[in-house]
Amino acid sequence: MTKVIFCVAILAIMGAVFGMILAFAAKVFAVEKDPREEAIGGCLPGANCGGCGFPGCAGYAAAVAAGKAPVNACAAGGEAVAAQIAEIMGVAAGATVKHIAAVHCSGCGVNYTKYNYQGVHDCLAASRLPGGGPLGCDFGCLGMGTCEKVCPFDAIHVKNGVAVVDEDKCKACNKCVDACPRHIIALEPYKTKKHVEIPCSSKAKGPVVTKVCTNGCIGCSLCAKACPKEAITVENFLAKIDYDKCIGCGICAQKCPRHLITVDGVVPEIKKPAAPAAPKAAPAAASKAESAPAAQAEETPKAE
Amino acid sequence: MGVELLTIALGAILVNNFIFSQFLGICPFMGVSKSTDTASGMGLAVTFVMGLASAVCWPINHFILEPNGLVFMQTIVYILVIASLVQFIEMFLQKSMPSLYTALGVYLPLITTNCAVLGVVLQNTQNSYGFVSSVVYGVTGGLGFLLAIYLFAAVREKLEFAEVPKSFEGFPIALVTAGLLALSFMGFSGLKIFG
Repeated sequence: MTKVIFCVAILAIMGAVFGMILAFAAKVFAVEKDPREEAIGGCLPGANCGGCGFPGCAGYAAAVAAGKAPVNACAAGGEAVAAQIAEIMGVAAGATVKHIAAVHCSGCGVNYTKYNYQGVHDCLAASRLPGGGPLGCDFGCLGMGTCEKVCPFDAIHVKNGVAVVDEDKCKACNKCVDACPRHIIALEPYKTKKHVEIPCSSKAKGPVVTKVCTNGCIGCSLCAKACPKEAITVENFLAKIDYDKCIGCGICAQKCPRHLITVDGVVPEIKKPAAPAAPKAAPAAASKAESAPAAQAEETPKAE
Repeated sequence: MGVELLTIALGAILVNNFIFSQFLGICPFMGVSKSTDTASGMGLAVTFVMGLASAVCWPINHFILEPNGLVFMQTIVYILVIASLVQFIEMFLQKSMPSLYTALGVYLPLITTNCAVLGVVLQNTQNSYGFVSSVVYGVTGGLGFLLAIYLFAAVREKLEFAEVPKSFEGFPIALVTAGLLALSFMGFSGLKIFG
């Protein structure tokens, strides 16, 4: 019995000694931490996506608490989180514009391949092969899902040979943008309505594009000329939208001879509205033309 | 003395490798071996803690447990010592070496309950090693762990791109790989350098 008590006593003493050492060490080695840092860390999403440019959510929280980062840099959390952080820090949040990743390829080049690829199912591996991969187009989506693998939010998937972004899930963390060996993904300000998109990255000349893709941009500049706000510029045979200027009118989509430009994710019907419109316009013009001489005819006698 | 220590070291790294021969510390071995970066971080942290635990547990065993005939309480006492030691190291590093602290990161507290650490101090007692031999066995045992987890992580990185049958994808193929690695380490089992 004494032995049992002795054992318990020894263990208790050791536990107490270690406990005291730890308690003492906690005081001596206490690292002063900004309490706001923990509070900020609490309202961040905790996905550690790195979209803010800091190493993980904890890194961002520390940077905000130290005043080195803006309160609205968390892309994943959006405005709700920015408001919470602003409240903790006691500053105004400022508006955050929602961005999403956009894949600049429509995927129509998948039917035009240079050779039969049998290797590892990964864009990085495929892109290092001769000719930059099996795809006929040197700029398009290889469709092997490297972006899909890196996405922490399950927001990008390869469908019919091209990566498609799920706009609701995308948090604009930039991971797919960095991962894509073709550099065809970019962050764009996102509008829920009237979002115009030119899903092509081809900088090849028109005749080359027409051989390897059914609707790639040939750099004809018709959209740029049609745009009432001069939001489209053509550089290296590729049209690009300036979203600060774009009003989402969709005139460019109507003019595009390649039926490439999409509004809200779909290519608007072009031929059908245009075809009835033309005959309508023609009689209207004709009737105007008829009425005009008639008016003149009416006027002329009066003048006389 | 030197030869004896070398034998202990080689034995701990290759012949009696903690993971492949003794199957201790399998949890972090499977858990944090997805990339070589995290694997080497974990391996270094384990090496560090194993060496320190050996150094701390030897005097406790030698001066407290053995004279009082309490050797049967080894396991519980060692658990107590290791747990508080890891806590202490964590606080100490956070204050004095923040860079090392951030480098080891979450791995340090994970080691608290790592059976390889408990295993090394228990074996020190079983083999009745002296202080120096204990520390050498602890550090080299940790190095053996580092070698094992690094090799395994490197293989797993390659496995990412391998075409694995559907039913073997993920964890099953990792277990198969670990088994094959353990089999290859059996080649060291007959190794005798100094008689």
